[in-house]
Parts: sequence; structure tokens; C-alpha cells
Amino acid sequence: MPMFEINNLSVAFNTDEGTVNAVSDLSLSIDKGRSLAIVGESGSGKSQTAFAALGLLARNGKATGSVRFDGAELLNAPLKTLNQVRSTGISMVFQDPMTSLNPFMRVSDQMAEVLIHHKGLSKKDALRQSVEMLDAVHIPDAKARLHYYPHEFSGGMRQRVMIAMSLLCKPKLLIADEPTTALDVTVQAQIMDLFGELRREFGMAVILITHDLGVVAGFCDEVLVMYGGRVMEQGPVDAMFDSPSHPYTRGLLQAIPRVDQLSPTLKTIPGSPPNLLSQPAGCPFAPRCSEVQPLCETTRPALEAFAEGRLRACTRPVLELAS
Amino acid sequence: MTPLLDVENLRVTFSAGRENALPWSPQRVVKAVNGVSFTLRPGETLGIVGESGCGKSTLARALIQMVEAEGSVTFDGTTDLLSLSPKRMQPYRSQIQMIFQDPLASLNPRMTVGEIIAEPLKTHQPHLSAAEVKARVRAMMERVSLLPNQINRYPHEFSGGQCQRIGIARALIVEPKLLICDEPVSALDVSIQAQVVNLLKDIQQEMGLSMIFIAHDLSVVQHISDRVMVLYLGKVMEIANRAALYSAPRHPYTKALISAVPIPDPAIERAKKHMLLEGDLPSPLNPPSGCVFRTRCPIAQDACAQSAPALASAENDADHFTACHFPG
Repeated sequence: MPMFEINNLSVAFNTDEGTVNAVSDLSLSIDKGRSLAIVGESGSGKSQTAFAALGLLARNGKATGSVRFDGAELLNAPLKTLNQVRSTGISMVFQDPMTSLNPFMRVSDQMAEVLIHHKGLSKKDALRQSVEMLDAVHIPDAKARLHYYPHEFSGGMRQRVMIAMSLLCKPKLLIADEPTTALDVTVQAQIMDLFGELRREFGMAVILITHDLGVVAGFCDEVLVMYGGRVMEQGPVDAMFDSPSHPYTRGLLQAIPRVDQLSPTLKTIPGSPPNLLSQPAGCPFAPRCSEVQPLCETTRPALEAFAEGRLRACTRPVLELAS
Repeated sequence: MTPLLDVENLRVTFSAGRENALPWSPQRVVKAVNGVSFTLRPGETLGIVGESGCGKSTLARALIQMVEAEGSVTFDGTTDLLSLSPKRMQPYRSQIQMIFQDPLASLNPRMTVGEIIAEPLKTHQPHLSAAEVKARVRAMMERVSLLPNQINRYPHEFSGGQCQRIGIARALIVEPKLLICDEPVSALDVSIQAQVVNLLKDIQQEMGLSMIFIAHDLSVVQHISDRVMVLYLGKVMEIANRAALYSAPRHPYTKALISAVPIPDPAIERAKKHMLLEGDLPSPLNPPSGCVFRTRCPIAQDACAQSAPALASAENDADHFTACHFPG
């Protein structure tokens, strides 16, 4: 049994304009020490997947399906169960380090609160462990900086504080939602390096939510590509980069400029991301797909295995796709 | 060939208040742009890269007098833009246009798309008749792939990529010679980013535009630029032709920046040696002595703390300038 497992997760929001289906029928699993990437553009449902798993959906959101951690069901579980898992089981790093820390509290208090609440430590012990953790994420002069307010840190440092805070209870699984999107490349490299170190040291599993395929290539073992709330392709990272099997994945890989290569023009994916208020009957990517056929507009392709460990949702056979 | 823009020793300083609350404590200043010189040739694209806080955006704003600056900015070989009064600057504003990072925030939410795109035209060419303006707006909308029937819609009805197209149309309707793009694609999704980059490249060739392209994404800058300038704490570290800068960078900062960009290919990315920079950007209130990069530089020596290296060209490439005592 895998450590963390999501089965047939769907997330829908009731809004004034109708029901928004943010995530439809998503399944994934991850084991100890592994890393999984969830890739997609804004609105593809990647963050909502994580929020639903941890019971953090907005009030008008409703999740169905199953999310299991170490065999226990998390989806719509009582707060008590969730709070237990949220400490030593799963923790999350949020996208925006500027708004995820409390601006009125010293970092020391925010970090100690976690340990006092979840582990019942004394304030003194909690502070000592907080310093150790700030050291572990390479914040120089951690002892003095522990008592700073969040605004006294730079963006990169603040993100490290967030990461340190999420690691305080030594979680078995870390969900990082675009942890480096707001940061410069040099800081991004430092943070990803740190994640790698922590994975090796603590045997922590990581789910990385990102839109940066470069980061995925360097860090992850498995990848799941989402579009319009659905999984388009899922499988090992090497195989996906080597032979992307879905037109959307192919389009994405060709649309990003690479620093080690020069191409005269970038291939583009025409059109813009779908409106989740109106679900098309067929494949959500069909309106933008270069390989579209009449069948795609009417029948939604199922996510099916086509090679060892790989899944794809496309009506066209792999061999027929133009390379 | 006369350069379109010749920037000489450009400086922008911001006052940051006194050191403490005592009225006799010294005033502090942030040198956001600290002695930047470069030229821009007609039809050329100059990419400007650097981490946040390095002065990229301030530099762009200084060129068009959106912030006060010292030094000289010679336009078309004749006029120093910085010496002009706002009134005498006005005719040059139609020659230099800008597009901004946040596509939605840079459009007036109470104006329709048609009004937004027409506004620069009405300001700079008031003699045009309403029909002519409308025809030009329609043609420009078509050029940036906006549908003509969207002319009466408001900005909030458009997606980020479309809003950026509106921004581009607004900038290009007065047929400028120079387009300054401040992080034009960093707020957009990958698939949309490629569309906007390609659009900018096509239009540039059609109109023979010069472009200053500011971004923190080194791969996008490589894709679009002819020459690239690397900034750090308000100073130029390296400026060179694109091919030279990316294949043979000479400044340790440029090397670190390029090696930090992840490559979407697992085999290459995992085998690649990352050159990690220690720490963060130093506070611009209190920059290091000598070379500003020395506190994070892997090859810094005593000499680097003594004097700031001047921008000097390479022996084998007269277009490749580096500000380093020990260029590699």
C-alpha cells in the first residue's frame, strides 16, 4: 500500500455563475522518499488538488473521492484527524511567502507555536528546535534572526522560513505549491538544492506543484500533467521528457525556450486555457489541440495505461501523433 | 551607424530617510542605478537581466523620465532626453513606448479596449479624424490577433495573454522607434508566453523597431535578444552579443545565473553542475566596497574589495564587456 494515495478525486465549487469543476477524477500515489510533480497552467486544478487533500478548500468547495495517508481516510475527515496528519504526516509550503506568514508575529513565535501545539514542547525547547531548523535551511545567523518579523527577511529568506516551519514536525510528505515561482533563479537553485538534501536526510516524500518543467526535470521521479482539471499524462519523468505521449505535453515542451538551445521561433499552443464553468463533452484540450479529430469533440478520452507505468488520456494512438 | 539610444553614466538615487530618528543623523540613499552606460542600435533588441532589486525596471523608467535620473540619454544621436522639459519631451514620447509587467493592472478598467488603444493616437496625433483613428485601432487590433468585435469590451473581460496584446497594441499604435518591455511575459502561462514572445518578435521585424526587453527569465531573454546586459545592484556586470554571453560568459555572476536556470531535459539537468551562489543580494542601502558582487563571488580576492572593476572589452571580442578583475 502506498504511503499517500488519492483516488478519483473531484473538486467542485458552487459559485453564483454555476458549478466550477476544478478537479475531475484525479488519482495518484506516492511512496516514502519519492518525488512527484504536478504540472499545469493556472486554473488547471493543481493547487486545488493539494488543498482538497489537506482539507483546506474554500467554503463553497466540495471534494469527492478518496485521499488516504498511511491507510487513513483524509477527505472530509473531522478536524481532529486532519490536525494529527497535518503535523507529523503531511505539511505544506504555500506559494506566496509574503502572505503566508503572520506579519504581526515574530518568526520565533510562529515557529514555536507549531511545536508547542503539535508536540507539546515547552517554549524553550520549541525555540531551540526552531533555531536548529532555520540552520538546516541555511539561514545565516539563525539564532538572532529567529526573533525577526517576517518583513525583515528578503523573499528568498521568507520562503526558507516557510520551508523550515513546514519541516518542524519532520513530516513524511511535503506538498510544495509553487515554492520557487516568486523567487529569482539563483534563489530557486538554492531552495531546490535544499529540498534534495532534506529528501536524502529525512527520507521525506515531496509533491511539487509547479509550471516549470526545468525544475521537474531536475528534481522529480514522477510527473502528472494536468489540463482543465483533468490528468492528461502521468508517468516517470524520464519517459515523459523523452517521449511525451499527449499533444498537450508535447506542446508545452516545445513552447518553452531553453537556455542551452536556440530555436528561431517558439512553437505555440493557440487559444487560451478553458473556462471550467462549461465542461466540454469531449477532451478539454480539444479546442487547442493540433491533432484534433471529430471524435475528440464528442468523446472524453479515459486515462489509460499504454506503456510500463505510463498513463495518457488521448483518443489518438501514440504512434499516429506527428512528432 | 548612429545608435538610436546612447546612455552615458545613468544614475538614479532614491532617498531612504535618515539612519535613525535623530534629526542630525545622516541621510541614506539607495543608488538604484549606479553609472550605467550602453548603446542601442536601430532595429536591435537589448535584453536586460538580473535578480529582483538589481535596478532593471528603474533603468527603464529613467530612460523615459518616469523617475528622475542623472547622466545623459542621447536619442537618435541628437537630443539628450534627460535635459528636456516635460513639454519638450512630449514629441519623443510617441517615439518611445513601453509595455508593462502586469497586463491587467496597466489597463484602465473604465475604458473600453478601443478607447485604450486609441488614447495614445489621440494624444500624439490630434489632427486625425475619428474615422481615421477607428480604422487605425481596428488594424492594430487585427495585427495583435484581437477580434475587431471585441473593440467595445472592457479589460476585465479578457485573459492575461489578451490583456498583454492590448498593451502591445496601445504601445505600437503611434509607430514608435523604441519599445521598452518591462517583464512583459512573466505573469503569463507557458503556452501564452510563447504566443506573446513570437508576436513581439514578428512585429519588431515588420516595423523595424528597437527593443529593450527586461526579464528575469534568462531563456526568454536569450530567445528574443540580439545583445544582453547583466545588471547587479545597479551596475552593469557584463554586456555582450547573445551568443557570446550565453556560450562563453566571462563574469562569475553571469555564469552563476546561467547555471541556475533549470533545463527541461532530465538527463542534462541532473548531470549539470550547478554553481550555487551563497546568500542573498546585499542591501542596496549599504553595498559592498569595491566590486558589488564580491560578497557572493566564488573567485573573489582581496583586490575585489579595494576597487570597483571598470567595464572592459575582451581581447578577442570588442563587443563583449565585463566588469570583473578576474574575468574567465
